[in-house]
This record gives sequence, structure tokens and C-alpha cells, in this order.
Amino acid sequence: MTPVRTKYELKLGAATREAFGKALAALGESNPNVVVLDADLSKSTYTAEFGKKFPERFFQCGIAEANMVAIGAGLATSGKIPFVSSFSAFVLNKGFEQLRVTAAFPRVNLKVVGTHSGISIGEDGPSQMSIEDISLACSLAGFVVVCPADEISMKKLVEASAAYDGPLFIRAGRAKAPVIYAPDQHFEIGRAIQLTDGGDVTLVATGLMVAESLRAAEALEGEGISARVIDVHTIKPLDREMIGLAAAETGAIVVAEEHLVDCGLGVRVAQAVAEAHPAAMEFVGIQNTYAESGPPDALLDKYGLRAANIAEAARRALKRKRP
Amino acid sequence: MQKTSNAAELAAIARRMRREVIEMITEAKSGHPGGSLSATEIVVTLFFDVMRHDPSAPKWKDRDRFLLSKGHCCPIVYAVMAECGYSPKDQLNTLRKLGSIYQGHPDVRFLPALEASTGSLGEGLSLAIGIGLAARLNQSPSRTYVVLGDGEIQEGQIWEAAMFGAKYQLDNVCAVLDYNGIQLDGFVKDIMDLEPIEDKWRAFGWHVIKADGHSIPSLQKAFGEAAVTKDKPTIIIAHTIKGKGVSFMENNPKFHGMAPTREEAALALQELA
Repeated sequence: MTPVRTKYELKLGAATREAFGKALAALGESNPNVVVLDADLSKSTYTAEFGKKFPERFFQCGIAEANMVAIGAGLATSGKIPFVSSFSAFVLNKGFEQLRVTAAFPRVNLKVVGTHSGISIGEDGPSQMSIEDISLACSLAGFVVVCPADEISMKKLVEASAAYDGPLFIRAGRAKAPVIYAPDQHFEIGRAIQLTDGGDVTLVATGLMVAESLRAAEALEGEGISARVIDVHTIKPLDREMIGLAAAETGAIVVAEEHLVDCGLGVRVAQAVAEAHPAAMEFVGIQNTYAESGPPDALLDKYGLRAANIAEAARRALKRKRP
Repeated sequence: MQKTSNAAELAAIARRMRREVIEMITEAKSGHPGGSLSATEIVVTLFFDVMRHDPSAPKWKDRDRFLLSKGHCCPIVYAVMAECGYSPKDQLNTLRKLGSIYQGHPDVRFLPALEASTGSLGEGLSLAIGIGLAARLNQSPSRTYVVLGDGEIQEGQIWEAAMFGAKYQLDNVCAVLDYNGIQLDGFVKDIMDLEPIEDKWRAFGWHVIKADGHSIPSLQKAFGEAAVTKDKPTIIIAHTIKGKGVSFMENNPKFHGMAPTREEAALALQELA
């Protein structure tokens, strides 16, 4: 395990969608089997960079996500490593049935990338925001579900995803993301990363909420509360070992995600905690609603997805923690 | 397996395959006889004459591929694949039973010689196009054949795939429409008419060939024309009769998705003797 640090600078880096596009273009160089499909959003998903470098391996499907997914499955059937990409709200919701029957159930080696997840996409509003993609992707039996928190983790996890043999979903965001990791950080699919030591409470987070959790941990430290922060970059399979240990050692857990709380990371973590070592739990996420247009920062404030909300949830969990 | 281009020999195989279909579905007590019987000559002509494939090397990389997009008609494909030697004939009567390799809809997990799992209508053309694209990228001579149901092409995804196939000029993909005119709830023309079907596919940029789906020479001619058609995918509109070969099943929507009783099966087998 990488030694944990207590202070993170959290300088703003690239959006994970942009890091995805860069990593994909680099992957095209080293792996001739990688092919990319997009549905008229390649400038937004950043697959255009791959398309420019490798036009013969880039397929523009037009606005037809269901078809794109199944063509990707056909390519995978023949030994290619297809990345199909669009906004998360479109590739998963419109391509869901195709993901289920042509990819998940025959277990083909298809990589699905949904960008513009969560509400931090901002002004485009709720029809474009995916707040149920973790739930949808996790409900595809056999799928791996990955949600990187920053540009470094995205780069490493794109590489790991291409090397992994099987269907896999990557969740990416539109907003610039604070950099958490050093470029030499090791990532392994299915192994969460503990970012800070802490014995009082554990903050479990994914995506953009990892940086918010680090900020929350810092605030809690000022109050004499020591918070352990875990980055669940792989939501499925969940690192039950690390979460079970955290539940046993801290007895209080907050889960934070830019997703509906009813059906995302929180419920998966709660299931693992219930089985391993029941603990006081709190959930930070979107509460049974759809967001609205607005600047990303203002939306995160309004919908309660900030360090302050996570710290408050931690205080509540601590109150209920068994002595 | 012995391939042949002799129409009489292929017709004899087709007759035997129809018997297998009736026996399998009767034994399973559920299934879809009508669409298996309408697609019989199409599947037999592909496997025993047109396609380049080798049952002793099912994953030969340059093989021609076959996909059954209308997955519910798998009994005819199982019968033909078993006859070719891809899978055991003596297990055909385990169709739809627990643990059978012959699942209710095609499932690669149980029968790896299949190219794809299908069963949710409207997806097979996209899969075939993905496989065709891979063959082009690999500079393989492999051709991909996909059988579509007529009711199935009411699905929007079919037309998304049609646009894609034409845009990428996938002349290594050949679709066959089993145009038997009947779907589960009744006649296609009443439920959601497809006409003018040839004009539609032509407008979407496909090479369209009309064929008699129960005439082996007509199908052979159509597949020959598809093979030499360049820069366009081909669709063969194969006019067929649902339930073909069994008088009381022909053009009878009831036998889209219902197994014959033992008595009906005995009658059917007599007619197919």
C-alpha cells in the first residue's frame, strides 16, 4: 500500500474526460487492437484526439447510441478492444438494453466510457447530467465499474481497463478536477486507495467527491477528529476488504458521491459494511431529485456535495457511533 | 461435413432439418416453430453451400460468420449446426431444458460455436456490422451473414445500423430478411406495415435483392450477387411462408410462438416424411 499523506495540495488539473481522451490517444499508439466509437460528441468526450491520430480505427456512429454499443460488441467479439463513448446519460440510458444483451451477458471485452457524469457539468442542465449511471452500470452482471477522481487516476485506469479482459464502464466528469495523485501512483482495478490515516471516522468517496472528502478531513482535523479517506476508484468490484477494515477500525462511515444516494456507491458500501462490521453510516449525494442549470460550483453548493456537507455528515455519524 | 451446391440435395437436407425442428420444439413443449420453418432454406443454403466455414475449426479467423438476429428461431440453427458437426445431434431434444447447450435463445456461454448471443430483437444487424468492421480492419476475406425477422425491423436500431453499414460501405455484410409477414400479435401489415420495404432499404443505401426464400436456386443466386456487390452492404428480401412445410402451421400466427401438441407433431412429421 502507498504510504498515506495527511496534506494534499489539490491543485486544479484537467477534467477526467480530457485525461481520458489523452490516455486513449496514447493507448492507440501502443495497442493496435484499440478501436474507438463515438456518437457525435467526440469533441466533448475528447475521443476526437484518437480519431485524428487513427482515423481508420475511429468510427463516428452519429447520434445513435444503441447501435454504437452493439457495433462495439461485434468488434469485441472479433478480438478488438472497442471503447464506445458518449455522455454517460446517453450511452448508458439509451444503450442499456444493448449493454445488457450484447455485452454483459455474453461477457464481451467492451469498454464503455460515459463522460459528463454528475451535476458538475453545469449549465446544460439535468437532461445531460447522469446521476444514475453508477446504478445502471453496476446492475450489469459481470461489468467492472470505474470512476477515477483525477487526471492521473484516469490515465492509469484507462491503461488498466484496456489490459483487463471483460466488459467495463468508466465514469468521467466534465469539470476540471483537483489533482490528488503523484504521477507514479500505482492503480489496480478493484483495489481502493487509502489517502489519509484516521481512526475516528472514514470518508469513502468516488470521482470528484474524493477531493471534497480530503478537504472535509482537513476541516475535521482542526476539530480534533481524525478522518480516514478512501478513494473507491473501482465501484464494482468493491474493495470490501479495505472497507470492512475501515468499518471495524473507525466504526463510523460517510459515503460521498455525485450520484443519487438511493442507488449508488453508498448502498454498495452499506452492504459491505453490514456484512463485515456494522457501523454508523451517513450518505452524501443527490437526494431523490434532478438538478438544474447553473455554474458547476454553485450546483455542488446547492445540492450539498461539498466538503462542508461531508464534514457535517461525519459529525452526525460520530454522534451515533457505538462506544 | 459435406457441402453441396446441388439444389435437390440441399432441399432434402432442409426437409430433414424441418423434422428436427418439429421434434425439438415438441419435446421442449415451448418455442417458436413458425419462424424456424420459414428460415429453413435460408439457413441450410448458407451453412451447406454459401459460407466458408469448418466445423472442425469453429474459431478459424477467416471463417464466414452467421448471426441469427431473430434469436427465437434458434431451433433451425441448432439443427443445422448439429448436422454440420458443431454440436451434438443427440442432445437436440434437450432444447430449453435446464443445463442444455441448446438454450431458448442463442447463448454463446452454452454454445461457443455461435458468433453471438441474441434474443432481444433489433440488435443483430449492429453486431454483424461490428464483426464486418473487424474483418475489414484485419484485412480478412470473412463475410458476415445475419438473418433478420420482419417484425424485428420495426426496431429503430435496425435503421441506425442500416445508415452505419451504408456509410462505411460494408460490402462484407449480407443481411437476409425472413419476410414471412407474421409476428407474435398477428400480421406484420396490420401491426406495423414495412412496405415499401425494398424502397426503404434502397433509400438507406443498401443493395437490395428480392428472392424466393423457399427456392434454393433463388437464394443461391441472391447470395452470389451479394458476394460480388462492392461498396454497399446487401439485404436479401427473402419472401417466405411462416410455418412452411406443415399445412396447419403455414401462415398461422398461432404457431409463431407455440409448440405443437404430440398429435399435431405426428401430423407434421407425416407431412415432412
